[in-house]
Amino acid sequence: MTAAVATTCPYCGVGCGVSATATGPQSAEIIGDAQHPANRGRLCVKGSALGETLGLQGRLLHPLRRSADGDQQISWDQALDTVAGTFKRIAEDHGPDAVAFYVSGQLLTEDYYVANKLMKGYIGTANIDTNSRLCMSSAVAGHKRAFGEDVVPVDYADFDVADLIVLVGSNTAWCHPILFQRMLAAKQARPELQIVVIDPRRTASCEQADQHLPLRPGSDVWLFNGLLAYLHQHGVIDTRFVADHTAGAGAAVAAAEHSTGSLAHVARSCGLAEDALRRFYQSFARCERVVTVFSQGVNQSSSGSDKVNSIINCHLLTGRIGRPGMGPFSVTGQPNAMGGREVGGLCNQLAAHLDLEDAGHRTLVQDFWQSPRIAERPGLKAVDLFDAIHDGRVKAVWIIGTNPVVSLPNADKARAALQRCEFVVVSDVVRDTDTTRCAHILLPALAWGEKDGTVTNSERCVSRQRAFLPAPGEAQADWWALAQVGQRMGFGAAFDYQQPHQIFREHAQLSAHRQAEIPRQFNLAGLADLDAQAYAALQPLQWPYLSATAPVERPFANGRYSTADGRARLLPLLPRLPVNMANDEWPLVLNSGRLRDQWHTMTRTGRSPRLAGHRPEPELEIHPQDALMWGLRHGGLARISSRWGQCVVRVRTTTEQVRRQVFMAIHWNDQNASDARVGALVNPVVDPVSGEPEFKHTPVRVEPFFVDWYAFVLTRHALRIPRASDIAWWTAIQGEQFRRYELAGRGRIEDFSAWSRALLSAQAPDADWLEASDVAELQYRAAHLVEDRIESCVFISPRADDLPAREWLSGLFIQAPLQELDRISLLVGQPATPGADPGPQVCACFGVGRNTICAAIRAGTASVETLGAQLRCGTNCGSCVPELKALIAQTRSEVR
Amino acid sequence: MSRERLAVVGNGMATARAMEELHRRAPGRYEVDIFGAEPHGAYNRILLSPVLAGEKRVEEIMTHGADWYAQRGMRLHSGDPVTAVDRARRELRTASGRSAHYDQLLLATGSLPFVLPVPGRELPGVVGFRDIADVEAMIEASKTARYAVVIGGGLLGLEAAYGLMRRGMQVTVVHLMDRILERQLDMPASQLLQAHLQKQGLRFRMPAKTAAVLGQARVRAVGFDDGSEIPADLVVMAAGIVPNIALARSMGLACERGAVVDDQLLSSDPAISVIGECAQHRKICYGLVAPLYEQAAVWAQRLAGDTDARYLGSVLATRLKVTGVNLYSAGEFNGGEHCDDLVFRDPRRGVYKRLVMNQGRLTGAVLYGDTRDANWYFDLLSSGREVGAVRNRLLFGPAYAGLGAGAQAA
Repeated sequence: MTAAVATTCPYCGVGCGVSATATGPQSAEIIGDAQHPANRGRLCVKGSALGETLGLQGRLLHPLRRSADGDQQISWDQALDTVAGTFKRIAEDHGPDAVAFYVSGQLLTEDYYVANKLMKGYIGTANIDTNSRLCMSSAVAGHKRAFGEDVVPVDYADFDVADLIVLVGSNTAWCHPILFQRMLAAKQARPELQIVVIDPRRTASCEQADQHLPLRPGSDVWLFNGLLAYLHQHGVIDTRFVADHTAGAGAAVAAAEHSTGSLAHVARSCGLAEDALRRFYQSFARCERVVTVFSQGVNQSSSGSDKVNSIINCHLLTGRIGRPGMGPFSVTGQPNAMGGREVGGLCNQLAAHLDLEDAGHRTLVQDFWQSPRIAERPGLKAVDLFDAIHDGRVKAVWIIGTNPVVSLPNADKARAALQRCEFVVVSDVVRDTDTTRCAHILLPALAWGEKDGTVTNSERCVSRQRAFLPAPGEAQADWWALAQVGQRMGFGAAFDYQQPHQIFREHAQLSAHRQAEIPRQFNLAGLADLDAQAYAALQPLQWPYLSATAPVERPFANGRYSTADGRARLLPLLPRLPVNMANDEWPLVLNSGRLRDQWHTMTRTGRSPRLAGHRPEPELEIHPQDALMWGLRHGGLARISSRWGQCVVRVRTTTEQVRRQVFMAIHWNDQNASDARVGALVNPVVDPVSGEPEFKHTPVRVEPFFVDWYAFVLTRHALRIPRASDIAWWTAIQGEQFRRYELAGRGRIEDFSAWSRALLSAQAPDADWLEASDVAELQYRAAHLVEDRIESCVFISPRADDLPAREWLSGLFIQAPLQELDRISLLVGQPATPGADPGPQVCACFGVGRNTICAAIRAGTASVETLGAQLRCGTNCGSCVPELKALIAQTRSEVR
Repeated sequence: MSRERLAVVGNGMATARAMEELHRRAPGRYEVDIFGAEPHGAYNRILLSPVLAGEKRVEEIMTHGADWYAQRGMRLHSGDPVTAVDRARRELRTASGRSAHYDQLLLATGSLPFVLPVPGRELPGVVGFRDIADVEAMIEASKTARYAVVIGGGLLGLEAAYGLMRRGMQVTVVHLMDRILERQLDMPASQLLQAHLQKQGLRFRMPAKTAAVLGQARVRAVGFDDGSEIPADLVVMAAGIVPNIALARSMGLACERGAVVDDQLLSSDPAISVIGECAQHRKICYGLVAPLYEQAAVWAQRLAGDTDARYLGSVLATRLKVTGVNLYSAGEFNGGEHCDDLVFRDPRRGVYKRLVMNQGRLTGAVLYGDTRDANWYFDLLSSGREVGAVRNRLLFGPAYAGLGAGAQAA
């Protein structure tokens, strides 16, 4: 057996350390890295399931030329020459602004650095933007406006000593589970620690919170302006700090008081009860050590930057920053969003936290690179970039490691843009995504586990991401492909990298370059001489990192900020409503976000059966009364329309949604569902400062999507669902040794048997095919067995709730050959003894089902701890603990 | 005071069951005389098929011998058929010349094989399949003869054919219809069964109309209306049964196909009851054992003093007694208006089930290959219970349907 390799998780911005031991060329055992400061050995369910996401199924292994005639495999030389030649030609013919890169917070810092250098220093345009624009560019803008530099001034360890943690627009329990567990551990150790959740939805994070403020979507600035005014009125001000280290406090407070008025008025503006709001303001005023965690609920807004500054204002007025246990804490969503920010991977940044719009900064960077040119004005931000592609201003784009056809707002337009674009290059690890379908050249990238470099997490901790699997096929690192193109465009010397450590060392040197004249918090001076060996052995470290011996100083601990005058800025902010408000035509507000067990567009998590168990399908989450009002049924299908596009998904009624607000997850796309790209619905409205889209607020309407029948299929082999068929809607879900398809259709299936056998490729007359039909009721069930093992099965009914539960059937795919009695059970969809059906999965780590848990609760198990002792549920990653608590409360109330 | 005298004509399964029921309800209340044509006690006629197939011996199917009756104070006169009844004098006469008075008469003369009215039907080698004598004749023939032709693809014919095949004969079933067991099975089940029996070695000729039994001193072949013929050393007439009502007619009782009875199973003479295959109740003459048992019970209740006892007809259920074949049918399975089919097929296991629903109730069932749940379906059918709520589980039997609709939602 090979030795364990210390690397980091490829998912969220917590940046957990992972210890991976290869068990084969495409498999590995994954456990948490006990040495890593971010997680100390713990992993959430997504991280725990990383081993299930490996394997070459669907991988892009060779460079391809893609056209209407199909895919043609080409050599790397051909591919790179084509890319370099075309980019060069278009940049020469139409100017450098006619080309662009669109990259990703999942690139390693080294990839990011080379991409940024090539574009800004050599091609000579700032048209490089990243999916981080969609995620935390408002935080970047807020930080720069307040601190003069994009710096997150808080560490995870601050949770351990905080008195109050405020989660704003962050379902930390699901999106950053390891941080949430850390907060809960702190609360358990010090019950006086308060947790307040500010979120329109009653998320899982609320389960263990002391207070939940379900504010009206987009009203955050009212709330924090109100807080600023309250703090001011109640004298909760660090007068000395404000005087010595800030500017703009007077104007900020005046604007806050002017815009918010009385507390009652604030409460009304935010849709909150006055008492609840006062309670929160009092807590905030009382607790010196406050960490305000904010995430996409704050950032993804047309006033996202102002929201960020409204939070920072409160911390600056009270001087609660730069000291243990306090500060405004932007938690990022991607594994290397922070690394991307450090290298300047956004179109309005330069590099190493230097400003594109500052001539002195430009000179610094150009001198350092010795580059022929340097971009002089900001490039196109993501949404604008795709608009420019759409109308032909940008004629060539290289997309690396991201899936904009799914993730951008107004995503149908993004697709149309790529379809009409002259030259689209996509580097990816997956051959078929909604975006690679639009490519002309496909470049095979190394995947997690194969690539080698560094990432930075939400607390400025730089960690190595290391390879533990061999590179498959012809896959190459993205930095290599970028450097090769740079060389082939004629910039040889500047891109003569052989190893990632050479790139990282250059990056570290740039960060330290001329710090005396232009001081920045971001400084890796201590790594400027890093050699290959030291790079290989690099342990996680936080910046600023000046030397191996100097202690890491907390940013802003000395009260000095990165502005010209060294003072932090409080900003006068006027609250603004979201750009598009609900009206009679579009009466509901769509919010979007992540689920607990999925990641982005599911190219990785979608392959893990246990991650599929929690929320297998795309859903519309809606309050039951709204569902009633718009004629929707729980479990039925709904069409959701906005001015920009539409989706069709299943309805989930839940009181976690406030009336008139609906929610959809961002993960599904055309690869795994017929009509579930939420991006197609989202309004292409952006924050004027950050350019971050307003993903959390799109007016929509909903209506029942009428179908004549519902069905599901479980099959060992993927189905090919014909595009034009009687199947009007579908979703594919990965199971253990099978794929599950939920289907719905229109029209009458004349011959169920023939239809089903064709769909499941079981037309052979001697196929072991058993079936039960009720033609009058349009009910049909069939199973195909091969050597007494289930090969596939199909269940069809005019009513969704007539179909049996999927869980028990799913288990049959990993069972021994079926006994005769099981064959009948197969078509019933459940075993003869009801106790054997575990129900929908709640604990993904140990695969514990709802029925099992409820049975234990009914039998008297009354706490999460005893449930864990009994069934193991909730004892690994803990992310199902909120649901376990809810089940306990619910089941026990039934019993009473 | 002397007891009422009860005379029973016929000693088949109906009589045996009627006597059991009567003895259970009113032991010794009547002075009972039973007259049977066959020279032995009562036996389970259903089990003649296994006897023919060599799976059971004759002794094993005897159920009510003379001693059984004697122990219960009843007199059995076997081998002595009743030849005449004088209703006015309430007196009967037997073949041996015996005569007896009765206060109550039970007529249970059963049925006779239907013999096709074709030339040659009386040739030696042509037998019916009705009683122990027929079975013994067939067993005897099978020892030397090679070709057997069974005319009739109904329950009886198939059982006879199967038995003879087991006895080593090469058997062809000749049937007028295009499928076997058309009264008990729908087309798919019928085809499954035919395929199964063919695999066992049985041959089928259908649809085929028998024109003549050919031969001089003995049967030699069976000829068809198209002029073709097939060799036959033994011909079994199993094309159906006819109620044996010669005696009833001669007594002047009202008769149509059978002797007509009302819901109390009384004939046109209030002193005479009729049960079994010779009775015609509400236009129906039954040919299966279950209705006959039900009639026996109702009759016994009345004789035991329950004047309210009524027979309202039976739901029919059939099982085929052929080893290796599980086949069951009950109720009205040929559908009709308002009728829906629920169908289960598992060809690998050779299982076919069809349930016929009519407005939320089960009205018919055909089970082939797996008849474990037959009784449960029969209960649902006879009780007329509303089963719409478990409709989508009905095919899967009580282990699943019994869970109720609530379990699914969990």
